[in-house]
Amino acid sequence: MTQLANTGAHIVVEHLRSWNAQAISQVIEYRGETAIVVPKELLRATAQKCKEDPALLFNLLSDATCVDRYPVEPRFELNYQLVSISRRDRIRLRTSVSVQHPVVDSLEPVWPGANWLEREIFDLFGIQFTGHTDLRRILLPDGFEGFPLRRDFPTEGKR
Amino acid sequence: MTTVETAVGTTKTMVLNMGPQHPSTHGVLRVLLELDGENVVSAVPDIGYLHTGIEKSCEDKTYSQAITLTDRIDYLNPLGNNLVYCLAVEKLLGLEVPKRAQYVRVMLVELQRISSHLVWLGTHAIDMGAMSVLLYCFREREEILKIFERFSGQRMMTSYIRIGGLALEPPAGWREPVKRFLEMMPARVDEYEALLTDNRIWKGRLQGVGYLSPDDLIAMSTTGPGLRAAGVAYDNRKLFPYSSYEEFDFKVPTRTESDCYARYMVRVAEIRESLKIVKQAMDKITDQGPIKADAPGIVPPDREKMKTEMEALIYHFKIFTEGFSPAPGEAFVAVESPRGELGCFVASDGSPKPLRVHFRSPSFINLQALPLMVKGQLIADTVACIGTIDIVLGEVDR
Repeated sequence: MTQLANTGAHIVVEHLRSWNAQAISQVIEYRGETAIVVPKELLRATAQKCKEDPALLFNLLSDATCVDRYPVEPRFELNYQLVSISRRDRIRLRTSVSVQHPVVDSLEPVWPGANWLEREIFDLFGIQFTGHTDLRRILLPDGFEGFPLRRDFPTEGKR
Repeated sequence: MTTVETAVGTTKTMVLNMGPQHPSTHGVLRVLLELDGENVVSAVPDIGYLHTGIEKSCEDKTYSQAITLTDRIDYLNPLGNNLVYCLAVEKLLGLEVPKRAQYVRVMLVELQRISSHLVWLGTHAIDMGAMSVLLYCFREREEILKIFERFSGQRMMTSYIRIGGLALEPPAGWREPVKRFLEMMPARVDEYEALLTDNRIWKGRLQGVGYLSPDDLIAMSTTGPGLRAAGVAYDNRKLFPYSSYEEFDFKVPTRTESDCYARYMVRVAEIRESLKIVKQAMDKITDQGPIKADAPGIVPPDREKMKTEMEALIYHFKIFTEGFSPAPGEAFVAVESPRGELGCFVASDGSPKPLRVHFRSPSFINLQALPLMVKGQLIADTVACIGTIDIVLGEVDR
């Protein structure tokens, strides 16, 4: 499995590099997984490429989540787990978002299934997604103040 | 609260609130239905009633302590949740688990899949008006829960799969109840099928209901039996094997109709396939051998050693007071839960508590396709659709 993922990942990285050299700012290989760090501005275009290019075909968006690296800036890391069912491959797209400007392009136009995943990130981390059709809180009540999965939000809640 | 804006100022459609306390929503799911007579114009699911902040709580616990929380995410699949979390942490640590422990894991997780499908089948039959199936399904599920109780001391919140292996040695005489279950079960599945598969009411309520094309399902990130009923053989056990699944011989059942009936057929076929895997796993599990990885400082030492060896005592003390610290990094693992792709993303910053634990819960993501599925269908079909998505609200809301 590890080998399969590795060979696949190299093809993906090379393919994306030849498409747009700016699209990849870093490639992180760790424990047999590959994460491609993408500049925020190119996230949607890269995602579109990953989905539609016949050599990549990442047709399934498995997961999207955020990691808060508080107090490091830019503190938010968005992680998108992509799956290519036909090529049996997985890859992770990552981009960084700062707390001063927590706005990023939504991937809903690429994978409609990003809708709830991004709503969850918006709800719990307070990151805005431009181009999202229905950006409302999803798990917490509408009147809730703050974003509980941020690291500076106490686990017991605010008193 | 959520509102259906299109309903304001029109006279033709009405808005009906379904749930959160409604027996066919299987928990606390609220769906706002906009109706034109009996037909659903649009549906807006409203979730979060069971949100308990499990992911946040995990950040405040050591890696080992968080296992008990994972049981409570999907309460019909606690062992599967234990497994995905432990696999993710083991990946983060680069830990190799002994084969014997892997086979025990596979056997228990497959039994769990059967028990989860049994609950689904029984409750879905009740939704469709067939009362008796639930009683039969729960009778068989009871046998599985007894097996879990033997192994872990718990019927449901097992926490039996631990980082690096298993919590306890399999109990003496465990093969007997598993063997009995394997002998009994195929005939019992035939019984359910005799009650339902050719039943005219069952077919009438399910066939042609809740159709979505495979492309739509993939676009909505749907996985599990829902996707396989549309002809896409996407199963993590085959595509991205974990826990030695590549050594087992089983098929991935698929159908092409992509309606509620096809989803039923896929799940019944999966019960039969799981029985095969349990049988193979049982034969592979040896009576002797390690059930924990040899990783001092991460895996707690045996009681015996802890009481006789100084070093083991120190490790034991450190694990349970301070925990262990994986090197900074991230790991994502996906397994096939009864409901679809169950993923776990764990990020470490080098401290004994995880920086982030995220669960890619199949119930949450599969539920997203509900509005598409019920659009233009009857209210009664909404119940059938919610049923065949097979949501567990604990997992939807986490």
